[in-house]
This record gives sequence, C-alpha cells and structure tokens, in this order.
Amino acid sequence: MSGRKIRVLIAKPGLDGHDRGAKVIARALRDAGMEVIYTGLRQTPEMIASAALQEDVDVIGLSILSGAHNTLCPRLMELLRAKGMSDVTVLIGGIIPEADIPGLKQVGIAEVFLPGTPTQAIVDFIRQRVAARQGA
Amino acid sequence: MAREKSQNSVSPPILSDPRRPSPGEREWEETTLKPTLAKSAERSTLFTTVSGHPIRRLYTQADLTGWDADSDLGKPGEPPYTRGIHPTMYRGRLWTMRQFAGYGTAEDTNRRFRYLLSQGQTGLSVAFDLPTLMGYDSDHVLSEGEVGNCGVAISSLADMEALFAQIPLTDVTTSMTINSPAAPIWAMYLAVAEKQGASWQEISGTLQNDILKEYIAQKEYIYPPAPSMRLVTDTIEFAAKHTPKFNPISISGYHIREAGSTAIQEMAFTLRDGIEYVDHCVARGMDIDDFAPRLSFFFNAHNDFFEEIAKYRAARRLWYHVMRERFQAKTPRSWALRFHAQTAGCSLTAQQPYNNVIRTAVQALAAVMGGTQSLHTNSLDEAWALPTEAAATIALRTQQILAYESGVTNTADPFGGSYFVETLTNEVERGARDYIERIDALGGMVAAIERGFPQREIADAAYRYQLAADRQEKIIVGVNEFLTEEKPIETLQIDATVARRQADRLRSLRGERSNDEVQRRLSLLRKAAASHENTMPHIFEAVKAYATLGEICDALRDIFGTYEETTIT
Repeated sequence: MSGRKIRVLIAKPGLDGHDRGAKVIARALRDAGMEVIYTGLRQTPEMIASAALQEDVDVIGLSILSGAHNTLCPRLMELLRAKGMSDVTVLIGGIIPEADIPGLKQVGIAEVFLPGTPTQAIVDFIRQRVAARQGA
Repeated sequence: MAREKSQNSVSPPILSDPRRPSPGEREWEETTLKPTLAKSAERSTLFTTVSGHPIRRLYTQADLTGWDADSDLGKPGEPPYTRGIHPTMYRGRLWTMRQFAGYGTAEDTNRRFRYLLSQGQTGLSVAFDLPTLMGYDSDHVLSEGEVGNCGVAISSLADMEALFAQIPLTDVTTSMTINSPAAPIWAMYLAVAEKQGASWQEISGTLQNDILKEYIAQKEYIYPPAPSMRLVTDTIEFAAKHTPKFNPISISGYHIREAGSTAIQEMAFTLRDGIEYVDHCVARGMDIDDFAPRLSFFFNAHNDFFEEIAKYRAARRLWYHVMRERFQAKTPRSWALRFHAQTAGCSLTAQQPYNNVIRTAVQALAAVMGGTQSLHTNSLDEAWALPTEAAATIALRTQQILAYESGVTNTADPFGGSYFVETLTNEVERGARDYIERIDALGGMVAAIERGFPQREIADAAYRYQLAADRQEKIIVGVNEFLTEEKPIETLQIDATVARRQADRLRSLRGERSNDEVQRRLSLLRKAAASHENTMPHIFEAVKAYATLGEICDALRDIFGTYEETTIT
C-alpha cells in the first residue's frame, strides 16, 4: 500500500434529499481511515465530475434513492471519461431495482450496494479495488 | 413575546422515585430468579429497544411509584388522552386506511386511486414526484430522470384535474405529502373542488406542509426558514377561515425517524416543531383555539412494538400538557393529538422481501395499539422500487386483517395499566421533555436547526444503529443473519414516456392559457409575498389562471430566495 490515504467523494446526485445512507457511509469510510469528501445535496453529474477531478479522488460513491440512477449514472460516467478519469472507481448505493444493475455495470459502475449492505463490505471492496489499481 | 412568557410553563415531568421493589419482588429475585440465572445466563447482558433504550427484565408496581392512574392515564377521550382521543376508539369507527400512492402521470395515479378505492380503501394519499416536491415543472432541466419516478408529476391545475377525475372530493378525504410547495398544490386541490361544485366547508383532508422536518430530515426545502414559516402560517390562517374540516398541516416525525432518529428523538422533535408552528400562529394574532384543533401529526411505526406504543401514548399526553399549560388552549379539541402512522420504510429489507409483509404487520399492529387515527402500510417490494399493484394490495389487506379479524379493535388502549408499557410511556415522555427543554434553551426549533442540533443528534443515532447492525448486536433477519439464496422479485416499471408526455402537456398548456393573466397574477403574488399580506388568495388566483407550479414557486423564489444547508456528517 502506498502512504497516501484512499480519497473518496460521496455524492448525492439528483433532487433526492434522503441523505441518511450517504452520511452513514461517509462516516464509516472516515472511521476506516479514508479521506472522505461529501458533496452535500442536489449535485448535477457535472458538479460531481468537477469535484472528483479537483479533489483527485480514487473513488466516487453515489447515493440515489429516487429512481433517477438510469439517467444520472451514464451521464456521470461519460463526463468522467471525457475528463480522462476512467480510472476512478464509481460505486452506487440506494434503491436500485435488480433489473437495472446489469445496465449500470455496463456503463462502468464498479458495484451496486443495496440496502442492508454492511459498511465493512464497502470498505473491503474499496480497499481491494484501489490496491488492484495501484498494483496495475 | 408569547414564546418567552410561556417557555417554562410545561408541567414538570412525571418523577419516578428510585425503584423500590416490594418484599414479594425481592423474594422472587432471591428464591426464583437467582437460581435460574446461576444455571443459565440470559442471552445478553443488556436488552435494548431498536432505539437503544434499555429494557428491564421485569416491570412491576415498583416501576410506577409516583404514577397516578387518574392524572397520568385517565380514560379514553379525556385528558391527558394517554388512552386515546375517542371514548369508544375503534368500537366507534376504525382508523382510516390511507395508502400513499402516486407514480407517472396524473392519469396513471388516478387509475391506481380508483383501484384502491374499489378495494375498500377509505382515504386517498398523494405521493408527488421529486420535481413537484421541489417546486419544478416536469420540463425543468433539474427534473430530468425524476419525472413520475417517486410519485405523480403535477405541474399545473390541469394535472390536478386529471388526478381527481371521477373522484368526487366530497366523498373522500385526501392527504397530500407536499411541503415547500404546499400552498400552490393545496390551491390546485381547492380549485378542483370548486370546479366539481364541492363546498370548501365540506371537503376534508390533510396537507403535510411541515417545513421544519424538511430542514431536519427529509431535505426537500426551497426557501429559507423564515419565509417558509410565513407560508405555513399563511396556509394555517387561510384554513382556519375557509376550510373548517381541512388539516392544513401534518407535523411529521415519520421522516425524522427514517433519517435514523430514535423513537424519543422522533417524538420530541415533532412536538417541538408543533410548538414552533403554534408560536408563529399566535404571534400573527390568531386565537389558539381557532387553529389548534386542526393541527394533525404523523408518526413512524417502527419495529420495536412496545416502544412504538409507548411513543404514541406519551405523545398524546405530552401534547395535552403543552397545549393546556404552555399555550392555555381552552377547548378540548385543541388538546387532543390526532395522528396518522406509516410503517417504517427504513426497516424494509431488499433481501427476502416477503419478510417485509410480517414486519409491516407488526408495525401496523403497534400503531393500532397506540391508537392511530389513520394508517399507511408499506408494500413488501419498496426496498427495490415503488410498489406493484399486487404488493400494494397485500399491504392494504394487512390493515383489513388487523381491523376485521384480529379482535384488537374491541377495546380501547389494550395495554393501558401494563407495568411495562406505562413505565416505557413515562420514560419516552421524560426523554422528549428533556429534548424540548434543550431546544427551548437554544431559542426554538428554527434556531436549533440553524445550529444543526437536531440534524446532528439524528446522524449520530443513525450511525450508532448502523454500527450495531454491522456488529450483529441487532439482528436483521435475512440481512445479517438467516441468509438464503434468492430469486429477484417483479418490480414496478415506470413508463419511460412520462417525462415527454408531461413536457408536451406543459407546452400546450402554455399555448392555450392567457399568458397575460398568468403574468398579472404572478406579479400580484410577488407583491403580496414582499408585503405582510397572506399569500394564499394570490396563489389560488394564479393557480386558477393555470400558472404552473414552477412559475408560482419561481415567483416566490424571486422574493424569498433559496436555502442551502450547512452539511453535517
């Protein structure tokens, strides 16, 4: 492992204000020793992509409970590609119908975490993923 | 100010003396309990509610020292209303079965409404989509991907007319979950009533209109707190004059609990929000007994059965004391806390979704045992998506089974006098009083919100709960224990053409209406908003001219500005 702390941007895209999950994850990742930046509410994909670039993050964690994921995720992934940030790991959590998961992975979302996921599972996933990227 | 004068006049909390077990109880401990514990220890050293509140092994008379059956319990329909607000409770009339529903366009939701009514549902409850909740039209750039997803898209009176087509508003009561744009949405409803020839004196329903809990928990706010409180006060004042049977506000703990609060925090913050609204109405010069009877409440029904029952009972008793002692309300209708309950969405699991039917049934039973006036039961598939018709039907049937088969409706407050439930009721009330005093000391709820006090308390509780679940201190069946391989369930698909159909409709609306009249009405509204005039009559006229929701909210944004929270993690 390199000396640099893993940097994570937790973001709430869209109009949804339900931020319990985003806040809990932000705190859990911080407790696990990561550097966490929380965007606050109602971020457009453009705002999230710029924040990710500015903050030089390894991971973006999106929290969406409103059903807008099929619109917002492809847009964000496109913007990241345009900014040359395809190496950033993008995760999503929230209310996501099972049928939508393959499509989200196809546009480049690394993993979809559903309600009931233990925070440790997310911590482990991020650590493995970032380690693999740094090893590559 | 009335607020300062009445600050400390809430009666002192019920004191429980240090617990003094009777000789009989001590003997039981020595001769019966100790040998058992010596042979086999209990499953845990600490038993707690889902909120983390400690629970004793046994409750006896010793827990109720200083508790008085006449003054603390009373009788149903009488102060302090611990046992319920009606003398006959469900023997007289069952609770209203009110299923929250809405998706797609107004026509889609109108079909679901008429289906639910045909299945025996007794009241309507409208779920609006996020653009509507945030005061944006369906064709606004920020609405992209959100139209019709979380609820029904309503951008103008034309949509509201379609929503209630073939549903006579004199025959149903309608609850509308709308907060920041509550005034224009309510104006649309009143306009539909007028068009149907339904008298405002007769129509009944509930507007959620609780902006404080938006800043605290759900975060669907538009304007800053001060003008938002003014809009709420405008609607309460308008209702007191024009719609005697309508509840202009539903002061809500539901979302506070969903954001991760404890039961005590839910009840305390909700009642303190209620106090804040009353303060504002009184400051405007309204007589407490002119509006307090139409204040209504909305609580969560979570998993912990007895804690929830205690919460509802404690809420009624505490509100009675607040109304009587803090505000000197004189009519009994002002003293009685009426509430709607909804089972806990946050307790539903994506894993083994059929288990959610059982969770919901237990939660609904707690709400009924706690004396709710109306109830929504969640559907089993809501950790995945909005409910299918089949899932929504099971949820409604759950209520009907409780009402017609279980026998729990035969008597009022079945747990009244239980050592455990009375003790827990006392403890929840005491915990809530502590919070209310702390918020009073901060200068009221708006001041407390600006300092992030309730937000921080809730975030801490939510994190504590997550850690307890992660460590398996709290078992969640199918999630952190008793796991199985599963097949996906069928979920509701929202028609992808909703946004386009809504955009088309808005375009033709803007072409057909008199845009001069719309502009004239909007400028009158801006003028009223900038003065101290009640905005409701102007909002109503703008709505009738088919000004859109977005245009009306924009007019108010021009005057009031918008709000950005300081994020607390």
